[in-house]
Amino acid sequence: MAALSVSNLRKSYAGTEVVAGLSFAVEPGTCFGLLGPNGAGKTTTLRLCLGLTAPDSGEISLNGHPIPDDAQQARSRLGVVPQFDNLDPDFTASENLLVFGRYFGLRDAEIKARIPQLLEFAGLSGKAEARISTLSGGMKRRLTLARALVNNPDIIFLDEPTTGLDPQARHLIWDRLKQLKAAGKTLILTTHFMDEAERLCDQLIVIDRGSKIAEGSPRQMIAEHIEPQVIEVFDEAGGDLPAFVAAQSHLAERVETSGETAFFYCREPRELLARLAEAEGLRYVHRASNLEDVFIKLTGRELRD
Amino acid sequence: MKLFAWFPVWQRNFLVWRKLALPSILGNLADPLIYMLGLGYGLGALLPTLDGQPYVAFLAAGTVCASTMNAATFEALYSAFSRMHVQKTWEAILNTPLGLSDVVAGELFWAATKSLFSGAAILVVISVLGLTHSPLAFWVLPAIVLTGLAFAALGLIWNALAPSYDFFMYYFTLFITPMTLISGVFFPTDNLPGWLAAIGACLPLAQGVALVRPLLAGQIPADALLHIAVLLLTTVIAFRIALHLTQRRLLK
Repeated sequence: MAALSVSNLRKSYAGTEVVAGLSFAVEPGTCFGLLGPNGAGKTTTLRLCLGLTAPDSGEISLNGHPIPDDAQQARSRLGVVPQFDNLDPDFTASENLLVFGRYFGLRDAEIKARIPQLLEFAGLSGKAEARISTLSGGMKRRLTLARALVNNPDIIFLDEPTTGLDPQARHLIWDRLKQLKAAGKTLILTTHFMDEAERLCDQLIVIDRGSKIAEGSPRQMIAEHIEPQVIEVFDEAGGDLPAFVAAQSHLAERVETSGETAFFYCREPRELLARLAEAEGLRYVHRASNLEDVFIKLTGRELRD
Repeated sequence: MKLFAWFPVWQRNFLVWRKLALPSILGNLADPLIYMLGLGYGLGALLPTLDGQPYVAFLAAGTVCASTMNAATFEALYSAFSRMHVQKTWEAILNTPLGLSDVVAGELFWAATKSLFSGAAILVVISVLGLTHSPLAFWVLPAIVLTGLAFAALGLIWNALAPSYDFFMYYFTLFITPMTLISGVFFPTDNLPGWLAAIGACLPLAQGVALVRPLLAGQIPADALLHIAVLLLTTVIAFRIALHLTQRRLLK
């Protein structure tokens, strides 16, 4: 049985279809990524899956429960890390966990026995009595993660869990999420960071304007949608980028220009690299293509607001 | 919805209150007491007795009800709005097995509890000052709870509609303040134009006053069941409206 299965889900607001016939399934014990630009319908999809709003049509089954009919029951086996921290500012770290555990109907003794372990998992062992206002952004996120684990959930929803964190804090969160997956939890993740999705997700889907536009494992997606290598060429110190692109674009399978940078997507870069070595005033970076290249190819380069 | 599923929400608010209890109690108590004593003895010295009791005793009953109303209203407006809209506490709770009906019910009972703290504190001061002697005064406590529930539920309607804190001022200037003046808190309504007194008598604050004033004077209130029924009905209907409006606001 899938941990979460969604079929033909639709939801409109004021005549605009925000989720437009979405279907996907998440296998238990895996990390599933829900990717898409701003306004693609990610957060609405999560709210639908949690039973916080009713779909116009379509079916959702979460941990075997039909949603939204059985949402409250389903949520008892769920953890949620919301996009914006909503920890209780009036409480200490451990009080936050205690109060939250009570919402799941857990007894105080049961929760109190779990608190040291949860704080240790979040790297907050010394902070049990700390007020929320004294915690850094990274600590708050980790406490929010610990709070989502207070009921020992089977499935954890994470809505942009590392947005706004510094690299150290992000790596720590990633490490903890890997531990959770190793412990058999199912993770359902939305993110803007393609390196995050590439590291953590077993399967992912890209949605845009409420519809699924691609799916697969990160490796599959890269292999399927894009050439394996990228050379980014920057105009620097008066080089003539447009002329270079015009003259050499035949050396790559695909070339995209965005502002002062040209992206050469290719399978065999040797000749292009030789030309670049001769070119004056141009700087370049040669790298393997990644999920971000796929994402941009699928959803375009223009800004989304 | 399980019958007591709202309890952890109440418990959360109680835990916050306990941390800030002393300033909260002083704040809730000081203002109404200053008015009651200042007007009661100051203005009361110029006035004849009302129904055989000194003005300050008359005002004491009104003060119990008015501060009950104010405590429930403040909690259901400003404090609930902070938790719903600013701190997103409700949003966090909705990610657990609790539903919005549990959250709103928890807030209703919590606001009523705050109003009980307020009303009861004033009742204690009234007893210490010797403004009531009757054992019937004990029955003021359930009357406070009923009054608090009604105003908590009414406040939660306005909370569900509020775009910002500024919106709450209208609730006070359009509803709470005029009602206070025509519900017999500060003066008997006999001297008001008949139609105005009749409107006042229908409003929830007047039901509380009609229960509390005789009890403090040692009498069993006339039409007690009617007043109790009106307060209960106000609570139930207002709660349903508040819940519906909050669902429309948060679960769309």
